[in-house]
Amino acid sequence: MTRPALTDVRPEILTRSPRGGRPPVTPSARGRRARGLVTVTLFLLPALVLFGLLVLAPIAVAMYTSVFKWNGLGGLPSDFIGLDNFTRAFGDEVFVGDLRRGLVLIVLSILIQLPLSLAIAMLLNQKMRGRAFYRLLFFAPYVLSEVITGVLFTMILSPDTGLANQILGAVGLDSLRSSWLAEPSTVMMSLFLVMTWKYFGFHMILYLAGRQGIPRELGEAAAIDGAGSWDQFRYVTLPLLGPTIRISVFLSVIGAIQLFDLVWVLTSGGPIHSSETMAVTMFQFGFKRTQIGYASAISVVMFGISLVFALAYQRFVLRRDTEGAITSMRGKR
Amino acid sequence: MSLNRRNMVLLAAAALVLAGCGGQGGTSGTASGTASAAKVTVEWWNISTTEPLKSFWAQKVKEYQAAHPNVTIKNVPIENEAFKAKLSTVAQSGKTPDLYSTWGGGVLKQQIDAGLVKDLSSEAATWIADFTPAALQAYQFDRKTYAIPTDIGMVGFWYNKSLFTKAGISEPPATWTAFLEDVTKLKNAGVTPIALAGKEKWPGHYYWAYLAMRVAGLDALKQAAIDDDFTKPDFVAAGTHLKELVDLQPFQKGFLGAGYSTPDGQAATMGNGKAAMELMGQWAPVVEKDSGKGLGKDLGFFGFPAVDGGKGSTGDVFGGGGGYAVGVNAPPAAVDFLKYISQKDVHRAAVETGALLPVLKGEEEAVKDPNLAVVAQTLAGATGFQLYLDQAYPPAVGQEVNDSVAALIAGAKTPDQVAKAITETAKSE
Repeated sequence: MTRPALTDVRPEILTRSPRGGRPPVTPSARGRRARGLVTVTLFLLPALVLFGLLVLAPIAVAMYTSVFKWNGLGGLPSDFIGLDNFTRAFGDEVFVGDLRRGLVLIVLSILIQLPLSLAIAMLLNQKMRGRAFYRLLFFAPYVLSEVITGVLFTMILSPDTGLANQILGAVGLDSLRSSWLAEPSTVMMSLFLVMTWKYFGFHMILYLAGRQGIPRELGEAAAIDGAGSWDQFRYVTLPLLGPTIRISVFLSVIGAIQLFDLVWVLTSGGPIHSSETMAVTMFQFGFKRTQIGYASAISVVMFGISLVFALAYQRFVLRRDTEGAITSMRGKR
Repeated sequence: MSLNRRNMVLLAAAALVLAGCGGQGGTSGTASGTASAAKVTVEWWNISTTEPLKSFWAQKVKEYQAAHPNVTIKNVPIENEAFKAKLSTVAQSGKTPDLYSTWGGGVLKQQIDAGLVKDLSSEAATWIADFTPAALQAYQFDRKTYAIPTDIGMVGFWYNKSLFTKAGISEPPATWTAFLEDVTKLKNAGVTPIALAGKEKWPGHYYWAYLAMRVAGLDALKQAAIDDDFTKPDFVAAGTHLKELVDLQPFQKGFLGAGYSTPDGQAATMGNGKAAMELMGQWAPVVEKDSGKGLGKDLGFFGFPAVDGGKGSTGDVFGGGGGYAVGVNAPPAAVDFLKYISQKDVHRAAVETGALLPVLKGEEEAVKDPNLAVVAQTLAGATGFQLYLDQAYPPAVGQEVNDSVAALIAGAKTPDQVAKAITETAKSE
């Protein structure tokens, strides 16, 4: 779930206003258009049915069960308790902590992980020896599964025999040695470190692709006008990378909201809930405590947060990236 | 190539003919009636994914099918955690496999209440009597039996004899006070007294549970589950005693992040001789060897010490086992196959592989491993039996016990808060 969903079609669906893409209708074309509509519907049907059954229906079911006290067994839920599950969630220090920790991860991702990816992408855009190799190397962690990454880093960060502490010891920094994943005070930092290691390559590739879409002439023109390399980056590259950066921030935030498998393998949310995320709490209550109703309520809150964020981000941030396409369509009308 | 292909075709044809014969043999073999003659498939979900049990059960399935040609046993071994996730998913859809692993207690109770589990009391009455009461206890509710045990074990201290000698401890402690003194002695000798998997929570709950058994007694634990009240002074006292231990800082470095069977986890720490003891179930020696070097002859076992002034008996043991439940819609052949794998000679052979402990009366001498023999004998002579709390209670309460005790061990909750948190969850269930 943490992997940013590249195939997610929601952004397109949401921004394309219903009237936006409709070609002009003329009486002579009406018959052809109706037939076209049938064809379109037929072709869309399998996908729509799957989408309905596998996406919309589970969301509806989760919303329904979230207002019941239900252990998941014995037929349909019957013990209706209104919004109690939700008030319970927002009164529970673990869940409120989840929200706070989620926010911390989002802020850290945007302030540290993404700028780092951008910097490395810019570096790897230069002509240099072994460029392809470095690109491959930095992208490699993203290809690994979250579970493998988790297991790998539990070993690296292990208190006694772990690589991290061995290296710190070897260079004489014994005072910095720590039980990384076993201390409430260091666990979030360690988790963020692993997240960065895992995902910065993905954002780097996005930025690299975006950077290569910028015509070289623009940079050259700026250089002729006397812009130094920093000015070229600041006033030419960065603005033109805007759409890529905005998508990358979007994926990063959604990924942080849904973070589960990496945390589960690394710490299971511990010690004493200090690295727990919403998804981990949901799993605990749903599958360990069999309180499906309450777990559904948590999943509904997660869904709500993601949805509100996605819509707001579309409305206020991504709009300018898609506006061009839509306005040109409008111009035709 | 062409020869191979021809062989394949021949094989397939032969298989078809054989299958046809098999079917006919089945119908002609049973003259009693059409119902028993019809082909039956019994789906059996178990957690025996490792040797020796994996091939042992596969062999037994073959033998059973040879004797009952109309029955097909679909043997589905699933890894423990995956099994739990898979079973809870199918159970929520209102179904279960015909025959499946269970640990009894609160989880099984939920399935029984949902009408998913067959009551075996009358159907299996004749052979249920062969099992020891301790082995059956986890599967019995309101005097009815809902599953048949196949394994039973208990939790106790596994200790490293040479490290105890190094710290000048001549014999295992018999009381909690002596235990705490020994912990201090071990610490003074530069030995990590106890290995604990803090990440996984369930190993920590053993301490609180045993202390509650020793201080409050078995009846009080049962009553607390009925009254949903764990705030009695005895339960707080159990937490206070655990806090006495935690305050000595007896656990290995970074124990809060340690798993149980991971390369640097509790079992490995113990198995590599880096800690003097662990409180763990009968499987401990095997896992110590799997994830570490194993202690061999240095490994010893002692029961949980008594607590001064406590109401519980030191003969009371804490543990659990595994058994098989039958789905409510399972064919009669499922019960018959369960009877087959539970009968004396078959189960005894399973015990002799060293992978299971005795559940049938008088099976103790089949245990070969000296450490496991101690466990089997302690179990046979137990004065009382308490199932793992995270199994005995409804899942939410059991997990709250694990969670709160983990917080106590991490220093984030007081004994009083632990008692209150468990009570609160129990009341809301």
